[in-house]
Amino acid sequence: MTLHLPAYPMPDDRGRYGRFGGRYVPETLIPALDELDRAYQTAKQDPAFLTELDRLLREYVNRPSPLYLAQRLTEHAGGAKIYLKREDFNYTGAHKINNCLAQALLAVRMGKKRVIAETGAGQHGVASATAAALLGLDCVVYMGAEDIRRQELNVFRMRLLGAEVREVTSGTSTLKDATNEAIRDWVTNVRDTFYILGSVVGPHPYPAMVRDFQSVIGEETKWQLQAVEGREVPDAIVACVGGGSNAIGIFAPYAYLPDGERPRLIGTEAAGEGVETGRHAASVAGGRVGVLHGSMMYLLNDDEGQIVPPHSISAGLDYPGIGPEHCLYATTGVAEYVPVTDAQALEGLQLCTRLEGIIPALESAHAIYHALQLAATMRPDQVIVVNLSGRGDKDVAEVARLLRAEQAAEVSA
Amino acid sequence: MTAVHARGVARIHAAFDRARDENRAAFIPFMTAGFPNQQDFPAVADALLAHADVMEVGIPYSDPLGDGPTVQRASEVALAGGTSTRRTLQLIADLRARHDTPIVVMTYVNPIYAVGPREFMRLAAEAGVDGLILPDLPPDQDLEIADLAAEHGMAVTFLIAPTSTPERVELVAGACTGFLYAVSVTGVTGAREGSALGEVPAMLALARQYARVPVAVGFGVKDAATARTVAQLADGVVVGSAFINAIQGGQDVGALAASIAQGCRKD
Repeated sequence: MTLHLPAYPMPDDRGRYGRFGGRYVPETLIPALDELDRAYQTAKQDPAFLTELDRLLREYVNRPSPLYLAQRLTEHAGGAKIYLKREDFNYTGAHKINNCLAQALLAVRMGKKRVIAETGAGQHGVASATAAALLGLDCVVYMGAEDIRRQELNVFRMRLLGAEVREVTSGTSTLKDATNEAIRDWVTNVRDTFYILGSVVGPHPYPAMVRDFQSVIGEETKWQLQAVEGREVPDAIVACVGGGSNAIGIFAPYAYLPDGERPRLIGTEAAGEGVETGRHAASVAGGRVGVLHGSMMYLLNDDEGQIVPPHSISAGLDYPGIGPEHCLYATTGVAEYVPVTDAQALEGLQLCTRLEGIIPALESAHAIYHALQLAATMRPDQVIVVNLSGRGDKDVAEVARLLRAEQAAEVSA
Repeated sequence: MTAVHARGVARIHAAFDRARDENRAAFIPFMTAGFPNQQDFPAVADALLAHADVMEVGIPYSDPLGDGPTVQRASEVALAGGTSTRRTLQLIADLRARHDTPIVVMTYVNPIYAVGPREFMRLAAEAGVDGLILPDLPPDQDLEIADLAAEHGMAVTFLIAPTSTPERVELVAGACTGFLYAVSVTGVTGAREGSALGEVPAMLALARQYARVPVAVGFGVKDAATARTVAQLADGVVVGSAFINAIQGGQDVGALAASIAQGCRKD
């Protein structure tokens, strides 16, 4: 067994990251969250669990994912070296599988036969359906009607894997509503159902558990960077944030280093059409503290507390909140959160594709765009790691539609 | 304890006492503020208040994850019609001018945080709100809200569920100052087919060990027959989705309320 799950100083014993986090859920779920917390605390110390998870991560997921020096992107930016942490190489195409397999293993350990999940872009749904197929669990995935339209291929993949995809038409028919429905399902079927939550959001212990399962990304980055650069710590790490699971996975192993030893940690938020337009999903830049899906966090909500529907070119970032640990990082300055617009993400996607032959997910394209801007301001001996959280196959149809629209606009202008 | 003597607590307890003296469980109808629209809401509320021992008014919320589709739709309609948190409190103030019945507000915590807990409590107390029901706030999450409510003379109701352990029931029951709300099923709000009483007696027996306040049962009560079954066990019966369904189906809400109120008799 080589796998260990790191121990971090946060959250506190009430599941709080400073004022953020907690458990704002119907009382029905509190005993289930306690049960989950106990099961997880035991499992993370259990060599049998860790050995099996380690085996699956290596043999099934394809870990470790490469740390790749993006030479042409580096040249294009003309500054710091840009490395890509290639989570797009993972089986099912994104970092989501790390967490899903681990949670599904935990479900089996807890004797649950049925798992549920919510999904926006479909990557978490596909990963959940995959893990369920592998481990012989019944699987129901909640997905907004709007996202079902945008991510037809992923819906087909989930169904092919044997999962039931339930279309959600309440509210705004997107990820937040799919999450509401998944929580309602869990409230109703809590005794025999395991909720595989897809990001570092939701009630405690989910943000901590998902972070721990995703920390494999940052832990690998340390030794991989040591091998090629002779140091574990880069100068900067850039990752996109919706709920924030891929970002926390690469940030957390560095975030608790002392001041002065920590790299710059930069989360790119989906600024949509621009934070000033109100059409965005940038919870830190354009939100304020509130409670959604069981957790206190930065949240897009109006002055009456109604949730403001988020907008992003990327269904995977289209979430009105951001995980509580990110909120703590933001308020303490451990990490910075910068808005990147739809148009900038599209530019990042095209540059990465043309210069490196890698089509990134639209989510990751937000990080790539900002990394290019940042690298240009840094020295050639400095190093940036970008978490390439997923591949862009799922987005190509949407990108084609957007680029055609862009070209049409240029012609008519 | 000052909270026990607070205005809302005293009024709510008096309502339960009166029902008990008349050999009834207290009838607690629920309605979303601003439903079916702001013009018709007062008449709907009047019809319910004519039979209610305690009235529960919901602040419409965009993401009510403890509620089923019926209440969520009512919330969406009310929000689309412009019913905000502040507007809800105005609607309650108008009801208060015509009715003495205690009124409790059901709200998720986010609207409270958005307005600001202190400001929210001030506005609610001014409107004549007697208590709060907080479906997504287990009492150990945030003591500030309960303390502020008490400061403003209002009672707080938390929920227990069939999944609650004895330790949780003790904690939740101990934190309630108005009444304790026992959720009859694992699930969200909504009228259900059949009687869903299976786990209720055991849960209530547990609740009675710890609660110093009346115990009401809700979720799934839809008509006089289910109300009657619940009334034999509980101090109060909460009915919500059935009234929303009735309005949507063009039925007479007053007649349904009268019938369910009759069903709350203990004999």
